[in-house]
Amino acid sequence: MKADVDVFANVTQSKDGSKNRVWEGTKAITAPCSPVTENRQFGSKMTDSKYFTTTKKGEIFELKAELNSDKKEKKKEAVKKVIASMTVGKDVSALFPDVVNCMQTDNLELKKLVYLYLMNYAKSQPDMAIMAVNTFVKDCEDPNPLIRALAVRTMGCIRVDKITEYLCEPLRKCLKDEDPYVRKTAAVCVAKLHDINAQLVEDQGFLDTLKDLISDSNPMVVANAVAALSEIAESHPNSNLLDLNPQTINKLLTALNECTEWGQIFILDCLANYTPRDDRESQSICERVTPRLSHANSAVVLSAVKVLMKFMEMLPKDLDYYGTLLKKLAPPLVTLLSAEPELQYVALRNINLIVQRRPEILKHEMKVFFVKYNDPIYVKLEKLDIMIRLASQANIAQVLAELKEYATEVDVDFVRKAVRAIGRCAIKVEQSAERCVSTLLDLIQTKVNYVVQEAIVVIKDIFRKYPNKYESVIATLCENLDSLDEPEARAAMIWIVGEYAERIDNADELLESFLEGFHDESTQVQLQLLTAIVKLFLKKPTETQELVQQVLSLATQDSDNPDLRDRGYIYWRLLSTDPVAAKEVVLAEKPLISEETDLIEPTLLEELICHIGTLASVYHKPPSAFVEGSRGVQHKRLPGSAGSGESADSPDTGSAAGVSEAPPAVIPSQGDLLGDLLNLDLTPPTTSGPPPAPSSGMQMGAMDLLGGGLDSLLGGDLGGSPAMGAGFGAPPTAMPASFPPPVSGGLDDLFDLGGSVGMPMGAYSPPKSIWLPAMKAKGLEISGTFARRAGVIQMEMTLTNKAMSIMTDFAIQFNRNSFGLAPAGPLQVLTPVGPNQSIEVALPLSTVGPVMKMEPLTNLQVAVKNNIDVFYFSSQYPISMLFVEDGKMERQVFLATWKDIPNDNEAQFQIKDCHLNSDAASSKLQGSNVFTIAKRTVEGQDMLYQSMKLTNGIWVLAELRVQAGNPNYTVSLKCRAPEVSQCVFQSYEAMLKN
Amino acid sequence: MIGGLFIYNHKGEVLISRVYRDDIGRNAVDAFRVNVIHARQQVRSPVTNIARTSFFHVKRSNIWLAAVTKQNVNAAMVFEFLYKMCDVMTAYFGKISEENIKNNFVLIYELLDEILDFGYPQNSETGALKTFITQQGIKGQTKEEQSQITSQVTGQIGWRREGIKYRRNELFLDVLESVNLLMSPQGQVLSAHVSGRVVMKSYLSGMPECKFGMNDKIVIDKQGKGGASDEAGKSGKQSIAIDDCTFHQCVRLSKFDSERSISFIPPDGEYELMRYRTTKDIILPFRVIPLVREVGRTKLEVKVVIKSNFKPSLLAQKIEVRIPTPLNTSGVQVICMKGKAKYKASENAIVWKIKRMAGMKESQISAEIELLPTNDKKKWARPPISMNFEVPFAPSGLKVRYLKVFESKLNYSDHDVIKWVRYIGRSGIYETRC
Repeated sequence: MKADVDVFANVTQSKDGSKNRVWEGTKAITAPCSPVTENRQFGSKMTDSKYFTTTKKGEIFELKAELNSDKKEKKKEAVKKVIASMTVGKDVSALFPDVVNCMQTDNLELKKLVYLYLMNYAKSQPDMAIMAVNTFVKDCEDPNPLIRALAVRTMGCIRVDKITEYLCEPLRKCLKDEDPYVRKTAAVCVAKLHDINAQLVEDQGFLDTLKDLISDSNPMVVANAVAALSEIAESHPNSNLLDLNPQTINKLLTALNECTEWGQIFILDCLANYTPRDDRESQSICERVTPRLSHANSAVVLSAVKVLMKFMEMLPKDLDYYGTLLKKLAPPLVTLLSAEPELQYVALRNINLIVQRRPEILKHEMKVFFVKYNDPIYVKLEKLDIMIRLASQANIAQVLAELKEYATEVDVDFVRKAVRAIGRCAIKVEQSAERCVSTLLDLIQTKVNYVVQEAIVVIKDIFRKYPNKYESVIATLCENLDSLDEPEARAAMIWIVGEYAERIDNADELLESFLEGFHDESTQVQLQLLTAIVKLFLKKPTETQELVQQVLSLATQDSDNPDLRDRGYIYWRLLSTDPVAAKEVVLAEKPLISEETDLIEPTLLEELICHIGTLASVYHKPPSAFVEGSRGVQHKRLPGSAGSGESADSPDTGSAAGVSEAPPAVIPSQGDLLGDLLNLDLTPPTTSGPPPAPSSGMQMGAMDLLGGGLDSLLGGDLGGSPAMGAGFGAPPTAMPASFPPPVSGGLDDLFDLGGSVGMPMGAYSPPKSIWLPAMKAKGLEISGTFARRAGVIQMEMTLTNKAMSIMTDFAIQFNRNSFGLAPAGPLQVLTPVGPNQSIEVALPLSTVGPVMKMEPLTNLQVAVKNNIDVFYFSSQYPISMLFVEDGKMERQVFLATWKDIPNDNEAQFQIKDCHLNSDAASSKLQGSNVFTIAKRTVEGQDMLYQSMKLTNGIWVLAELRVQAGNPNYTVSLKCRAPEVSQCVFQSYEAMLKN
Repeated sequence: MIGGLFIYNHKGEVLISRVYRDDIGRNAVDAFRVNVIHARQQVRSPVTNIARTSFFHVKRSNIWLAAVTKQNVNAAMVFEFLYKMCDVMTAYFGKISEENIKNNFVLIYELLDEILDFGYPQNSETGALKTFITQQGIKGQTKEEQSQITSQVTGQIGWRREGIKYRRNELFLDVLESVNLLMSPQGQVLSAHVSGRVVMKSYLSGMPECKFGMNDKIVIDKQGKGGASDEAGKSGKQSIAIDDCTFHQCVRLSKFDSERSISFIPPDGEYELMRYRTTKDIILPFRVIPLVREVGRTKLEVKVVIKSNFKPSLLAQKIEVRIPTPLNTSGVQVICMKGKAKYKASENAIVWKIKRMAGMKESQISAEIELLPTNDKKKWARPPISMNFEVPFAPSGLKVRYLKVFESKLNYSDHDVIKWVRYIGRSGIYETRC
């Protein structure tokens, strides 16, 4: 009774035991009379620990004597001592024959101990081990199933060839034993035997027997057979061992409901290797797996998540079930975070993958990832990672408040990561950038060394992402120059100084101070210093010749590092042969940095998703990276999607779809810069952005500044190219931005265009037209138009009631369409529409609906319901509705893209009778998010280069030719998806003429 | 799969070592000791990879349990297994301590042989294990008994053995909840959730089939549709929306998924039937109303009112309110209407304790905090006021509607079972910003 109360007190954790228990109910408290007091007293065994303490000399000899004693008890004691010695690592193999002699016993405890000894030492004494065979074979025939199983289980663990030969017959019998306990043990034994001698297992036909066990009536036998087969199949990647077909899958799914938690894991892990034939099979498996998400065992939950994540790939996205499934996944994942910390860690590592693959699942669950004070450090760090992944405009304020909190904690790693996270937020959510920067500055003020260094590293990235915005903080950063002792922070600071050399008065002094200990710096810092000084020289050539020469010689002549030397030589040659090119190379506009960092490369991510729950998902590495031998070398892939799956977002595009859907690379390399830019959401509305003119103007001027400096540099030991020097005599400051542009250059003079963008006008919206005549709709007339207002596509309708009765209960639905237009909310008709009454409604549209290519492309089929009936009509929207606000392409990118798109994709159209001049046309088009990137005039003809981006990420590039006095314009359109050209042209015409 | 299992004491001495796979050599035992237990810097992950061998570890008091593998195992499963192993050991010999492990090492080896085969976890339910791993030998068993054991170990109901008999059939149901809150100074709920557990202790004969019912919104709504509409409206109010729940493996999950009914054959003794989370319509047992006024640069006036928000007939216990004070506090004067309050300089907080408080009452504390003038420009961050308490109801609103017991083979019915239900709500992280 007492024990029982104690047990109960554990549940309630009330300190004062049963006295203060708060009961609801009227029955009196009586102690249950129960046999729960199974807290057995180990009176006689309290002495087991003594076995650990024998350290005498001559111990082995003594043990030998005891093992051969006639008294059973003494024998048993001796074996225990042997096992204890074995555990602590002493070599007791010399006792082999004596221990094996104890095997013939009906005392099960003793037998088990002897078996344990055998498993450990049989390999080192193979000849002696044979002595045990007889007993094993005999035990396999024992009437007691527990003993039969024990024998076959142990035999499989004895890795001696001669023994395995004897194992085959007993194993065969045990696989067909009448007792399920023996069968489930035999199933695992096949895997053991396979590990010792694969050929033997195949020759003996055990694999077929094992396959038969998948249909066994006992769920645990099924589960163990599945586990054994999966393991064997892994070492034979190409064998058809686990030929999963709908019938076996069905059997597995049935067993799944009945077997132990561990068995469920084996089965789910096996199911994850199956590829369903079609989306329907996929759905039906998912339906039968989802109940597992409520299992208390986290491993069952994670394995179920793995199956679902994998099979979901095959479901069409517009399927209702797909959405349901997505919703079902979030709660169990959140619940995993209340498990024990070690499991939380595994769960978080996996959630990190899931969030990258399907961000929508957990996007509303930010709060659960907030770090708790008592979380172990490994949980904290992982949570932080996921917080950044989930950060968005909607939750950024909360996230920042948390991060700021974390940055004052004690753990150095955690604090660093928190500071870094603030920087990543700035880059990810533009609206928060300012707040992030000021938070970082606050942190720099704390003067905590590692906080300052970390902050500087992230500020560098912020500078790169938002040029010309936060440079005012440079002064503060420079104050902390001395405290930087980590290479990464030093390198970041040097980069900043080099990049903004023209704004930092004493840039040369600062860099020079770093140069003093050049050879003691890490490579990272050396490389950065080299580049920064070359930048500085290109910007302020006069004062810094000496410095550049110094660094070049340090890098090329005094360094053993090939990377550094190579870079040094490249700069040297560049500067000597073609300073203009040097300028273009060194001071080139830098590729944008991606907003997501540390993203796992997509193919690896896919593979890791297939390994959810396993070590691979914890390490974020493919199994081949940490598993030896043939196991796990097989690369798993997610199944391809069916029907309107993956490519559904832009079905009507060819290569453009491919480019725009490729996930952003971590830091785009020059090579695929274009792809990344196409994919990135460039900074939103550019109308207020800084005009690009100044930089190009400066470039022009600076090009000449070079002359003087360079000449003298080249005059030295390097020897200049004869072409140099000619036009470079002018004093540095004499060349203002108004340097006349070269006349000949083709597209090059695009750069000359300043920010001469006219005032944006409203987006073009066609006049309302009647979509649904009253005759066809029992008196309901709908006329309407489409408009893009403040970035939102709207369908503006006038509903007129031409019938005699009141109309209510309006609702609207769209058919699938080319660009996934769908109502973003319900149709807001709040009051009933009386006879002869009209009502204006604006319906905001989203572009995330289901996609189907329509003919014509911009056709939209609509169903409107009211209390009377459902009516259908179709209308066409101008494609200009879909031009997004950030459709302004960088000029270089424009150039590259224009060249990159094959000429076959170019379409030319004539717009007749248009009486605007080119500037007016440009500003008119800008109102509808057609952005003029450049303009040039050739022989009285104005050429406007324009870009626009559709909501699904397709870019359209245009060249508009306007000749003064000629009312006919020519538009050339280039797009990777030429299907849209016709629609775009129609929109051009409509936009220009209205 | 798991290649080996080691148990170490705090010094890193091996207490138990069982190797299941040939790819795990003897040096693995030492590798873990050197690189994890004796590591100069504390290991920062429960999973460590040393020379292509992965080590999973958990710690129980000062005992290290480590599982080793060279393969791409299911990591979640390994940890679940390690926890399970701890449960099994605790069920057999109590607390996991060096002494207990040494005293029971033979038993532990026997258990390890049974619950892990070639690294694959097998049935590890104590109820079943105790039928045949007894350290007494199994000589005396009859054939029937043996086959009963094996069918139970491999069967669908591995967590319960046949033939359990009680003179009195009785069960205890505890609904244990912890309620978490973050509230703004103005009394706006920023976040609130309840995480709850239903712990059951059953002493029932035979193989009883149980059905557990609570006021789950989905169930009530479904029933409401079928029944009278006004009744549905009434009960709809009392039902609660459960965000997510997980169940002990005895619960038939597919049945829950399709019908949302919780049916099971319970393990004998104590176990956790389910866990759940709710976020909607939480009854917040206490409301904290803070008022902080800065009087000049060297004085703060703090007034905190707590209001209990539940039936007057119920009593909350162990109430503790923790009011943080600035780091430069030099002295505090406190006046409280009820309970005891003390300024604890070491914790930078005023701790106000009340033993009991009935529902619909309020109490107040006011304090004057004197501050030392500092040059620190940084403003005091004002950490939130936190609270601890225990109340005899479930803050989520969860109510047990029934727990029916059916045992067709034995002659006792649902009515004969004595059932106890109690609700305990505790504070989790219960904070109000000030």
